[in-house]
This record gives sequence, structure tokens and C-alpha cells, in this order.
Amino acid sequence: MIVFLVRRVVAGLVLVLVIATTTFALMGLTGSDPVRQIVGQTATQQQVTAKSAELGLDQPFVVRYGHWLADAVHGNLGSSWFSGESVTSSLENKLPVTLSIVLAALLVSAVLSTVLGVAAAVRRGALDQVVQLLAVLGFAVPSFLVALVFAVVIGVDLGWLPATGYVPLADSAGGWLRSITLPALSLSVGAIAATAQQVRGSMVDVLRADYVRTLRSRGISERSLLFRHALRNAAPAALTVLALQFIGLVGGAVVVEKVFGLNGIGSQATSAGSQGDTPVVMGVVVVMVALVVVVNILMDLAYGWLNPKVRVG
Amino acid sequence: MTGTSNGTMNGTPRKERPAEPLLVAEDLVVEYPSKGWRKPPFRVLKGVSISIGAGETLGLVGESGSGKTTLGRAVLGLAPIASGTVRFDGKVISGLGAKERRALSSDIQVVFQDPYTSLNPAMTVNDILSEPLRVAGTPRAEAEKRVRDLLDHVRLPADAGERLPREFSGGQRQRIAIARALSRDPRVIVCDEPVSALDLSTQARVLDLFVEIQERTGVAYLFVTHDLSVVRHISHRVAVMRGGEIIETGDAATVTTAPQHPYTQRLLLAAPVPDPQRQAERRAERRRLAAVLAAGTSTEVPTNASMSGDRA
Amino acid sequence: MKLPDSDDTTGAVAPAVAAQGRAGILRRLLRNPVAVTCLVLLALISLASLFAPLLTSQDPARSSLTDSLAPMSGKHPLGGDGVGRDVLARLLYGGRTSLLGALLAVAVAVVIGVPAGLVAGYYRKWFDAVSSWVSNLLMAVPAIIVLLVVMSAVGQNTYLAMAVFGVLMSPGVFRLIRASVISVREELYVDAARVSGLTDARIIRRHILPVVQAPTIIQAAQMLGLGIVIQSGLEFLGLGSATQASWGSMLNDAFGNIYTKPELMVWPGLALAVTVAAFGLLGNALRDALDGTAVTGRKPSRGATTRKPGAEKKAPPVISEAQDTDDALLVLEGLTVSYPTAQGEKTVVDGVCLTVRRGEVLGLVGESGSGKSQTAFAILGLLPREAQVATTRLEFDGTELGRLGRAAMNRYRGHRIAYVPQEPMSNLDPSFRIGAQLVEPVRRHLGLSAAEARTKTLGLLERVGISDPERVFRAYPHQISGGMAQRVLIAGAVSCEPDLLIADEPTTALDVTVQAEVLDLMRSLQSERNMGVILVTHDFGVVADLCDRVTVMQTGAVVESAPVDQLFADPQHPYTRMLLASTLEDAEPRSALSLSRTVSASAAGAVGIAGTTDPAGVTNSAGITNTGRQEGPA
Repeated sequence: MIVFLVRRVVAGLVLVLVIATTTFALMGLTGSDPVRQIVGQTATQQQVTAKSAELGLDQPFVVRYGHWLADAVHGNLGSSWFSGESVTSSLENKLPVTLSIVLAALLVSAVLSTVLGVAAAVRRGALDQVVQLLAVLGFAVPSFLVALVFAVVIGVDLGWLPATGYVPLADSAGGWLRSITLPALSLSVGAIAATAQQVRGSMVDVLRADYVRTLRSRGISERSLLFRHALRNAAPAALTVLALQFIGLVGGAVVVEKVFGLNGIGSQATSAGSQGDTPVVMGVVVVMVALVVVVNILMDLAYGWLNPKVRVG
Repeated sequence: MTGTSNGTMNGTPRKERPAEPLLVAEDLVVEYPSKGWRKPPFRVLKGVSISIGAGETLGLVGESGSGKTTLGRAVLGLAPIASGTVRFDGKVISGLGAKERRALSSDIQVVFQDPYTSLNPAMTVNDILSEPLRVAGTPRAEAEKRVRDLLDHVRLPADAGERLPREFSGGQRQRIAIARALSRDPRVIVCDEPVSALDLSTQARVLDLFVEIQERTGVAYLFVTHDLSVVRHISHRVAVMRGGEIIETGDAATVTTAPQHPYTQRLLLAAPVPDPQRQAERRAERRRLAAVLAAGTSTEVPTNASMSGDRA
Repeated sequence: MKLPDSDDTTGAVAPAVAAQGRAGILRRLLRNPVAVTCLVLLALISLASLFAPLLTSQDPARSSLTDSLAPMSGKHPLGGDGVGRDVLARLLYGGRTSLLGALLAVAVAVVIGVPAGLVAGYYRKWFDAVSSWVSNLLMAVPAIIVLLVVMSAVGQNTYLAMAVFGVLMSPGVFRLIRASVISVREELYVDAARVSGLTDARIIRRHILPVVQAPTIIQAAQMLGLGIVIQSGLEFLGLGSATQASWGSMLNDAFGNIYTKPELMVWPGLALAVTVAAFGLLGNALRDALDGTAVTGRKPSRGATTRKPGAEKKAPPVISEAQDTDDALLVLEGLTVSYPTAQGEKTVVDGVCLTVRRGEVLGLVGESGSGKSQTAFAILGLLPREAQVATTRLEFDGTELGRLGRAAMNRYRGHRIAYVPQEPMSNLDPSFRIGAQLVEPVRRHLGLSAAEARTKTLGLLERVGISDPERVFRAYPHQISGGMAQRVLIAGAVSCEPDLLIADEPTTALDVTVQAEVLDLMRSLQSERNMGVILVTHDFGVVADLCDRVTVMQTGAVVESAPVDQLFADPQHPYTRMLLASTLEDAEPRSALSLSRTVSASAAGAVGIAGTTDPAGVTNSAGITNTGRQEGPA
């Protein structure tokens, strides 16, 4: 198990490094000219050169990357070319927002998809149709469209929940919960649809398995059969899908944050991306990929715990 | 070897070397790489030698994991041979390149166990049967005629060619697989448990077909099975495998009625006979042998007379 | 002996099946109303985008401040947007951007994913390792982040972004293709093709490509939807060409006016949702159409045989004893099991009657499709829910089981009626330790404490001949051998001391030496506990070894029932006789080749070894019937 964990952590670090390098290369080697954007169109050539030197852009690419990497390892992700703000500290401010909605969405997806998937597999009939329909809708309606509808209908027209803004958990737990409910819900619709579909599929398969029939032949109660035995065996496949969905959740957060006016990493990524603010983009990319890696390792651990063939020889 | 079995369906006499049997495997070792890191490879065959003469059936018996199927696959070039050689018609055929191996396809053929996965479900029987012919460059018209003959040989109706494999029963599918193996007049067919998946009555008819084809065409069989009664029915000689090695060989009558090796004896006595009285005797005999072995007094065997006593 | 000519050689095939098989996937698809609706919608949307200039005279990019947020009118049928551009024109032209962008992305994904998946799956080795690594890497990155980076580095080009998105989707295609290729490669027909001398290229073209085609098309349909979603998401964020109309940029504009004119969201939102849903549903419908044709070589479901015309002339059943049910443990009368199918009701068990006395072993014998397993499951109440079961009498120890509800039946199952399955490995729950699986029913039925149940279970494991019960108790099913698993299942079946044990081919999956031991175990347990046993089997050797009485079934009905000695000595029904004649046990061994040659040569005229005497023996030599088998049973 330890070996497995170490292998996964190393693989995760390699992934972060590869992505960081690629991103840096893309940002640094393509033709865009951020300096001209920073100093403005009216600036003289001298001002441009000076700014370039200040940002270290006159140095060769490899040297710049080396500097960035060395600083990053020590937890310093540089500062924004435009605002001069430290990337590390601005991420520290914005990460809680994004984490709140993404993790809440993950939790909601896991719980609701299990309930819906199991119910559809066991009851079949009308409920099954509903889940199938939901799956198509969840696939067809992108999260930002759901977010728009939620914001307009629930947030503005009905006024039940705030349509914009974020309340930190430390300020007010209730306010925090209210502020993340709509974003997390709209984010999770797609993930619920996909995962519920998978839960349903693997539950149906497991309920058809020989060992379920044999357990039934032993007179085990239907409840134990469903929730102790069948769900346990259906869970690993669902978990795999959920892990993939989480990657989509992180991406979806970028768009959903915009709709609900949340000042999270996603909106930072959008603005930094359109400006070509390399240090900020690098910081956002590294943090988001690291988030995916950490959650995936946790999912792998859960998978191993659920599946004895992985856990014990 | 009397060396007279050179008749083929198209009448071309084949070169015969009386000095050596048609197919020979010598000290064959097959290893599969292990999953773990730096673990030694898993050795499935540990130096196996067999030989099959033209027109002969060698039955290969063993329980699961004995390596009997792997030996068949090694002969077909489908298993990784670590050392040892396979010779066909005097030429070494182990370790050939892909092209040379393909050239052997007209001489060495196969019938697999599972008639449900050995035929491509998306192809019609005509396509399945003509594929090997077309590969060999047979013109279309000739191939079509040949397919009709083949269907006739395996007692399937001529219109079977238009259908898909799933429209046939297990026994019929196995007949199609046999027809495919016969399509280019092979000299050896590796039969990997070809009747194990079939019902009792179907099994008997398919075995009859194998025997009939052999007597007509002089093809040799390497017949892999776990069933001693099947092997007795089809084989001229029998080799018994266990743990990747051959532990006993001999003519079919001897090995399947009065085996020498204690394991073969156990195997024979473990198979229940369809006769309550004889089965009771056989069971008692099996317990006696087990007691003798457990006591460790001797690996000496009960007499051959008593072994065959439960027959007849 | 000439065996009765059954369906095995006549090649009788139900024409309905044949016709259904040929019906193309497209035709099946067009019979599905959902699929047709999707196709029509997608065609309409594509045509509307394609012929946008004919449908509107407005320029989607021209803004006029006077028309800002204009209401619906003759000039602007759907009104004007925030900067006064025509909504209808933007909707029509926007469809072009979305569809073309998605097509581009899917094309890139397929062009990269399919060949890579084929090569990785077929040849494995290093290419598989490298490409799988790269694919995992690509899948771990949120697509929209990558696209943000690319667009900020390279510029705001929608089509470039979609090409990059295609690269990001290619791992999905790659993994699908690779997995299909690997599973097809395992199929024996690919081995057979190799033995037939086909080159790798030809095997891939003839046997592998046709299999991966369908899943690729299904996935492509869904990726088209995904591409449209991502593309509009980017445009919504304000990334992408400013001059190009698109549904995403329309939503962006609508978002800007969300408080003043939220209706602006409706048209692009609807277009987006309908298009993506149509692609998704089309993908599902394609999958259903393919499932219907069942391209995979699966066996027909167990026991499901259509009645053959030949079976109509069945001899009546032979029951060689008085149906004395006084000391009966189980009496089953008039059992009928049928399943609904596309061609109507299919009856797999038809009026079966049988009786088991206390302490008696009844063999239930038949070939596949005889309905013997279905009969066993019907007694246990374990048939799938779509099965329609009817009995005139199903009485166990004086109680009519047919009327019991599920909970009441659960008090009998495992407690007084137990079941031993055929396939040991697939009948243990892979996620639970063996001990836990055995303890649960014992505690439930006998009301034992955890410690008592554990002690009892360990004792049982020892009783069934497991030498290290503690270890097996703690083990997971994948850690023990098949023979041991079958012992565990027998221990589980007898754990609550049942009166009736129903064993469905309990030794068929085992090696013959293990089979003998398991049969010994069953015999000793049966006599020790005086259990009634129903032993379902196809093997007359097993019947001879264990059974007191035998019931023979053929295509869903009982043909003969007799005490075991009587059945073997004097079978009455022609079907029983045919089955017994088919056993090879009494066949003469074939003699060594040289000997047989000599013999045959001397009797060449009679036996006719065509291969040696008739070089042109192409035609079927009907005279050859020498099979070396004795006539009839001994």
C-alpha cells in the first residue's frame, strides 16, 4: 500500500512538472508580446526594453524557466506582471472560493448519483426513465447554462439564494453555505448525470452476478444484499467515473465562477489568460493540476480500499 | 511409420521422411513474463518432448494448469518458446519469422475449444471458410467451390454458407471450425478441447467426424483434452501432462486402461463411469490407492489387472 | 450405432433469427423514433446554419445602437442583442461556428486516437506503455485550463482552440479503441486467423476494424456534443474570435443583459441544449441498435431454446415408480417457466413434476436447454424477475412455497433449502472475506452471536476438508483455488443444516481429481445429515456415483424418472437410451496407428480408408462409419 501511494505521488509530481513546463514553453515561446501590453502602445522602445529587463524577459527561455522552477519549489510563484501582486498570496485568497464550490459539487455528485443510480437499478420502470432522461439533460446542458438559469430563476426571480458573491466560511457558516449552493449545484448537474448512469449500470451488472444469486439462496435480507454486497461491488467503477468527472468540475468552475461573480481561481485564470500574465497563469495551472492530482490519489486510495484485489495480492 | 499416409484430398503426393515423425517437439520450454517487477518469468512448459506421425492422433491429457493447451499453442506458434525446438517434416519451425510462419499455415491448422468465440460473429460462414483460401491466393470461383465441398465434408447443408455463426448450435459451429481447419489440406491439426463445450450426444458425433476425416485424409491430430474417455476414443497414442511436464506416454489402450504412473491412475479412477456398480468399485479402488499413497509406503501401484478390472 | 439425426447436422435454423441478423444497423436505427427525431433535428440545424445567408438578410456582426435590445419585429424576427445585432442572424451563423468547430475537434480526436489505439492494443510493448502514459497525462488536465493557456499564448482563434480540444479528447478515443482491440485480440477467431496465415495488416482490417467501428461512431456522436459545449463555454468566457458569431458569445451578451433582458438567453441556450442532446441521444440510440444485433459472440442465455419441430414427436414420459408422496420432502407438480421475447412467449420448462424424499439424492439430468437448471432455480425462487413461473404444487415439508412472500421465503432459503452453484469462483462475493460471507447467514438464521457463528463456521470449513480453516476464513475469494472455493460454497450451503440441498452442476467446473473429492464430500455430508439432494448434472458418471433416483429432462419436459440402477440397466425412453449410448466410457480404445493401419489394410474393402486408397476422394465417402465405438450401452 505504501509503495502504491509513493508511486502515485511521484506520478502526480511528474504530471505537475510536465504541465508546468509545457505551459511555460507555450507562454514564453509563442509570438505574443505581453510587455507591449503592459507598458501601453504609446511607450517608447526604451521603456519596453527596461520593462523587459525588469521582468527578466531578456534572458534566454531556459534560464527564465529555471528561475521560475527554483522559486516555485520554495513556494514562491512570482508576482503578476500587471498588478505586481504576489501570485502565491492572491492564490491563497482565491483558492478557498474555488475549493468550496468544487468540493461541494463533488460531494453532492457522489451522494445524489449513488441514490439515483441505485434506485434506478433496483426499481427500474419510471424511475429508471427519469434517471436516463436526467443523464441526457445533464450531458446536453452545459454547466454554465445551468448556472445562468439558476442565477436568473432561483437567484433573481425567486430570490431564494444569492445570485452573486461569496461569503467566507470564517465569517458566517450559513452565509457560506448559501453562497456556494447555487454554484455547486449547477456545477454538479453534469457529474451527477454521468456518475448516476455508471452507478446504475454497474448495479444492474452486479445484481445479475452469480454471487448475488448465491447470497440470495442463503436467505440474506434484501437490504444487506443491496447495500452491503451489491453497492460495495458496484462502487469501484462508479468511483473511476467520479474521478474523471472531478477533472471536469475543476474546469467547469472557471465558467461557473464568472456567472455567479465569484472571485476564485477560475475567474483569475480567465483574466490572466486573456492578458498573457505568465506568472499568474503558471500559478493557476499548477494549483489546479495539483488539486486534480490530490483528489485522484484520494480516489485511488478509496478504490484500493473497496477492491481487495488491489489491496491484497 | 509405414509411410503410406501421403494421400491428400487433391491427390498430390507429399514428400515423406520415414526417418522422422511428421511433427516433433524437443525439450520445449515456454515462459510467460511475470506481472511483478523483476520477478522471474512464469514457466508453463518445462522441457516437453512429443512426436506425432503422419495420420496419427496423439492425445494430450491433463488437468487445468498442466500446460497441455500451451503445448498446442507452442506448436501453432502462438506461445513464446524460450528454448527447445519444434520440427515439422524435418524442418525447425520454432522461432520462425512472421513470414515463414505464415507459409506453414497450409500444413498446420487448429480447432479451438470454444465454438462461440473461435468464429468471427460478424462474418458469414462462406467468408470464414474462404478466408484461408483467399489468403493463399486461390481464385474466387475455386474458393467458392472448395467451400461447398468443405461444408459437405463436415455434413452441413450447402446453404449454411450464407448464414452467420450465431445461427448455428454449438456442434454445428464446431463443424464450421473443423471445415476451416481442413480448407487447405493440412497435415496436422491441433485440436484444443474441441468437444469439451458440447453436449454429450453432440460430442459423440463431432468425435466421429474427426475420426472419419482422419481416415479419409490422413491428417494427424494433436488432440488436447482433459477427458480420458474422449482421449481413449480418438487417440492412437496418449501423453499425460502435469505441471508443465509429460509424465507418461504410451498407446491409448494402455494409458487409458492400465496406466503406470500413479497420477494417471488417480486421473483414471477419479473419472466417474456411467454405471452405478462399476462406479462403486472404482470409488473403492480410488480410496485404496489414495490410502496407499497417503501412507507413503510405496509409490508402487495396484496391479494392472485390478486397474482394468473395473472395465469390461 | 447410428445416432438419431438431431438438429446438430441438419442445420435447421429459425428463419426469423436469420432475417433479423441481416437487417442493417441503419435500418434498426431508423425504426427508433428517438433516433429519427435526433437525425431530423440535427439535419435541420445543419441546413439552417449552412444556408444562413438565404434565411436572413441581416449581417450577424453589424451592430446598430438603435436596435440595442430591440424587441421582436419584422426587421429582427427574434429581436436585437445588447449592441443591436440581429439575434436570428447570429443564431444561424453561430450554428456554423459551433458545428464546424465540434467537427474539427472530433476529426482531430479520431485521427489521433484511432491509429494510436489500434497500434497500442494490437502490438502492446513499448508503444502501448508510452501512449497510455501520455493519454493518462492528457486526461488529468482540465481541458478548459489548457485552452485558456493556448488561447492566451497563440491568440483568440476558435478553430485552433477546437483543434487543441480534439487533441485533449483523443485519449478518450484512444482508450476505447485500445480496450476493444485488446479484447478482440483475445478472441479465438483472431488466433485462428493468425494460424490461417493472415498478415497483421489483414487481421486488423478484416477482424479488428469492423469491431471498433461501431463504438468509435457512438463516441464521435457524443464528442460532437461535448465539443459544442466546450466551444460555447470558451466563447461565453469571452475567448474566441470577436467578429465570429457563436452561440457561446450570444450567451455572453445575454449574460451582460441578464437583468434587463434575460430572454436573450433562451435562443442560444435552446439551440445549444437541443443540438447537444440530439447528439447524445443519437449516440445512445446507435448503441441500442448495435446491442440489438449482438455482434459479440455470446452464448444464447442458458436454457433458452426454441422448440424444434422434430421434438414434437416425443415419446410420452416414462415414470418407473408409483408417485408415492407420503414421505416426500419436496413435491413439485406442473412447473412451467417462460420468458417474454421479441418473438412472443418462450417456454423453457413445461409441466415438470418431481419428488424428493428425505435423505434421497435425485439426479436431474439433461443436455443444455433441457430446463434442468431453470427447474432448480424455480424451486429456490431464484429465477430472474422477468421469468414467468407457474406451479400447480410446490410443497416443501408440508408447506406450499409458491404462496410465500419474499421475506417468508428468505426464512427457508439457506436455512432449510440450500443451494450449491456450478462455477465456484463467480459465486463468492469478491469484496468480502470468506469468513464474513459464511457468518452472515448463520447469524441470521440460527441467531448465533458473532463469536459462536465464527466458531461454527471454522468448524464447517474444517469439516469440508480445508486444512487451514483460519487462513481461508480470513482470505478473499481471489486468494483461494477453485476446488477450495467449491468446498467453501458447500460449507455455506450446509451451514444451517438444511433438509434439502439443490446442487446445480456442482463439479462441472472442477478438474476430475477435484471433482472426485468434492463428490465424496457431498456424499458423506448427505448421509451424515440425511439431507434430500437434487443434483443437476449432464454427466451420467456423476449420476452413477451419487444418485438414488434419476429424472431425465429434454427441452423443458421430464421424459423418464427411475431408480438409478433401473435407469442404467434398462432405460425406457428413446432419449435416455440415446444419451446413454453417447457416453464414451465404454468405447474401445483406438489402437496404435501401425496396428490400425494393418488391420484396416486387411479389411480395406469393408472399411474403406479413402485417404490411402482413393487419392481423388473429394466427394463425401458415405461408407465410412468406423468410429471404434461399441454399439449401445454395456
